[in-house]
Amino acid sequence: MDNMLLIIIFMGLVTYLPRMLPVVLLNNLKLPPFLESFFSFIPFAALGALIFPGILNSTGNPATAVAGGVVAVVLGLLRLNVTIVVFGGILGVYLFDNFFFYK
Amino acid sequence: MEVKAAAESKKISEQASLEKRSLLISGIKAGLPIAIGYIPIAITFGLLAKSTGIPNYITVCMSLIVFAGASQFVGVKLMAIGATSWEIIMTTFILNFRHFLMSSSLSRKIESGTSKKWLSIISFGITDESFTVASLRKENKLSPIFLLALNTTAFSAWVSGTAVGVFLATGLPGSLTNSMGIALYAMFIGLLVPSVKGSKPILLVALTAMITSYLIGIIPFLNNLSSGWSIIIATITAALIGAILYPRGVKN
Repeated sequence: MDNMLLIIIFMGLVTYLPRMLPVVLLNNLKLPPFLESFFSFIPFAALGALIFPGILNSTGNPATAVAGGVVAVVLGLLRLNVTIVVFGGILGVYLFDNFFFYK
Repeated sequence: MEVKAAAESKKISEQASLEKRSLLISGIKAGLPIAIGYIPIAITFGLLAKSTGIPNYITVCMSLIVFAGASQFVGVKLMAIGATSWEIIMTTFILNFRHFLMSSSLSRKIESGTSKKWLSIISFGITDESFTVASLRKENKLSPIFLLALNTTAFSAWVSGTAVGVFLATGLPGSLTNSMGIALYAMFIGLLVPSVKGSKPILLVALTAMITSYLIGIIPFLNNLSSGWSIIIATITAALIGAILYPRGVKN
């Protein structure tokens, strides 16, 4: 069991270092414009990569996932608060799952 | 004179504490959708870990110390099949290395002059979700108090969800877990869509990332890559294309 705790501590360490080092080292640094531009696009690129195709496997059924995704996109286009978008997505999947795939 | 000065400084410190409070509250609010998304995943994680026979305190410690979804699931599975410590630690490192990229990007958005101590505390809580929520805030620079409140909200949900999962007798009803599986993706969409709507460069970058990560998943050999690498490659490719086409960044 001690071994398990040790493994977890090392898992924590190798997770923490990539999180911490760039923030501490780059925060006060002035970077060349190209890099600044590159970093400014990272959040939107990461969102794209995180959403698709991962979303398709998020509900156990790609069809309900698409339904929830569409609801989220519509609510997003209305610029609603993200928490509302989250609930809308959950509700979209739930309703689609229970009414279209009713067994 | 002195009384006046004292009153003045009291007023200033009151204002400062008021501002701190509002930063704290807006951080917690911003963390709320993440917390909603984390709880069912954390419960599932707790249940899974218990089913493999890992002691409860180890499972909760894992959420407390590692705080990274995908790698904890993989870690538990590897422990269950008796993988070597080295294998488990290396897999975790590779899966979470993408945060290197996210932290580098987020470093640009944290108030400069924030102490290294603050920075190293805040950075513990950088996840895919907290990073995207923080990055898409309207403020030009983010205060460490806001970030700490945001990250702590998400972290608390993750740890308490794990504890609930560990002590739960049976799983949640399937239809509920299935529906809630969409939560974090809906959050990502809710963050991305309004930005895409107003900006062609952002639309282009986001679509490029989606297509790249999709292609990585279906092209032979590349589809053996872990999800961590897939996200890294897709993110770098799309952000590079964005930076080449729009050297002045997102604010074109």
